[in-house]
Amino acid sequence: MSKHFFGDTTVLLGRSLRHITRSPDTIITTAIMPIAMMLMFVYVFGGAINTGSNSSYVNYMLPGILLITVASGIAYTAYRLFMDMKGGIFERFQSMPTARSSVLWAHVLTSLVANLVSLVVVMLVALLMGFRSGAGVLAWLSVGGILILFTLALTWIAVIPGLSAKTMEGASAFSYPLIFLPFLSSAFVPTDTMPTVVRVFAENQPVTSIVNAIRNLFAEQPVGNGIWIALAWCIGILIVSYVFAMNTYRRKIS
Amino acid sequence: MTTQQAPAIQVHGLEKSYKELKVLRGVDFTVARGSIFALLGSNGAGKTTAVKILSTLLKADAGTARVNGFDVATQAAGVRESISLTGQFAAVDEILSGRENLVLVARLRHLRNPGKIADDLLARFSLTDAGARKVSTYSGGMRRRLDIAMSLIGNPPVIFLDEPTTGLDPQARIEVWQAVKELAENGTTVLLTTQYLDEAEHLADRIAILHEGRIIVNGTLTELKQLLPPARVEYVEKQPTLEDVFLTLIGTKA
Repeated sequence: MSKHFFGDTTVLLGRSLRHITRSPDTIITTAIMPIAMMLMFVYVFGGAINTGSNSSYVNYMLPGILLITVASGIAYTAYRLFMDMKGGIFERFQSMPTARSSVLWAHVLTSLVANLVSLVVVMLVALLMGFRSGAGVLAWLSVGGILILFTLALTWIAVIPGLSAKTMEGASAFSYPLIFLPFLSSAFVPTDTMPTVVRVFAENQPVTSIVNAIRNLFAEQPVGNGIWIALAWCIGILIVSYVFAMNTYRRKIS
Repeated sequence: MTTQQAPAIQVHGLEKSYKELKVLRGVDFTVARGSIFALLGSNGAGKTTAVKILSTLLKADAGTARVNGFDVATQAAGVRESISLTGQFAAVDEILSGRENLVLVARLRHLRNPGKIADDLLARFSLTDAGARKVSTYSGGMRRRLDIAMSLIGNPPVIFLDEPTTGLDPQARIEVWQAVKELAENGTTVLLTTQYLDEAEHLADRIAILHEGRIIVNGTLTELKQLLPPARVEYVEKQPTLEDVFLTLIGTKA
């Protein structure tokens, strides 16, 4: 690792954070879709959905909405990386005496910051809509930790199309299936009423375990083994996507 | 190592293929310190590939290349300290201002007083008034000037300009030519690629023609002209070229 890695990453992080503060619409568009979904689910469908618990529906579906927020936010990570590749500034940085991996890490950290801001925005709207939790500091920290790991895992997935896409649409299209995944999980309705095939998929895909873990933490329920499954999914996806992203990156710079 | 005496660029037997396509089939040339060397060739001749190898963005399949005494394959860090690359498309950050772009590069090159470096370069390239504006509002010529200014930060002894005037209007082209000449006068070695014959004729001390992956001729303009039968003296009425008319009408002193 180059001796300038931390300094260079900081400089480049400052650059991409400035991009975000100059086009705050990326935060707004990231947050607006999950907020719209939340409004629709709570005020349109929510009344008819029986979650089998006596707490409010907004409490039930907020974890899923948070994951959707991240899934739509990382489309911008891929987009920003793609624009740097296309505009030639990526090559300029790579031909300078700058720590080479700093360029990538700056994008990853920017993605983390931008997504955390979007998550806070969505959370505030949820509070206005009546979301309440009596969770203690430790539970909130655990929720924060899971969301950070989830964001990093999806960010490294986003790096792959960001580096290799040919068109702008291609760079962000990968996020649609990720946004859709929570619908095939326990995020909005309990999985019991789903037909067997769908239910088996829903109960064994990562979103369900992550949603259940966050929901239990918010509801001050025991998380049991579920939280370890959730963490294993996050870390597993993180490692696999990191390896693939770094391979793509190495192919790009050699 | 006595990098001062060695030629600025030494290329020997360079080969590069993209899958089946042989782009470079054994390229040799040497560029003397402080000279302007033009690599002339039509689209797809391999000019950009050669520049990318010399600026450590691509690895050659065979052959060696030294830049400022450093081997591009084994001493990439030394090469990156010695060079600056201005790619085919102005590699500037559209969202930042002109001044912020310059400060960013100065920071990434780990220089002291990035603000002063930026202000000096803005003045030198007549961009002081536009310095605080977002680059997305710049004209093509201003963008190219900023791009070249960014390449001069840290006074690298060798500068690569890949098709620096492609897509520029005649006025902007003359501005870029002026900037390149000043560079060479101050002792910087410039390797430029171009598909415009008049550009090579106007700027370069030596011209090499790259055709189908090989250098087919390499010499000064006078040497190249001697390859053809001696000039016959003819009397031709001197008509102004369209460029003369255009530049006179818009009031630029060419």
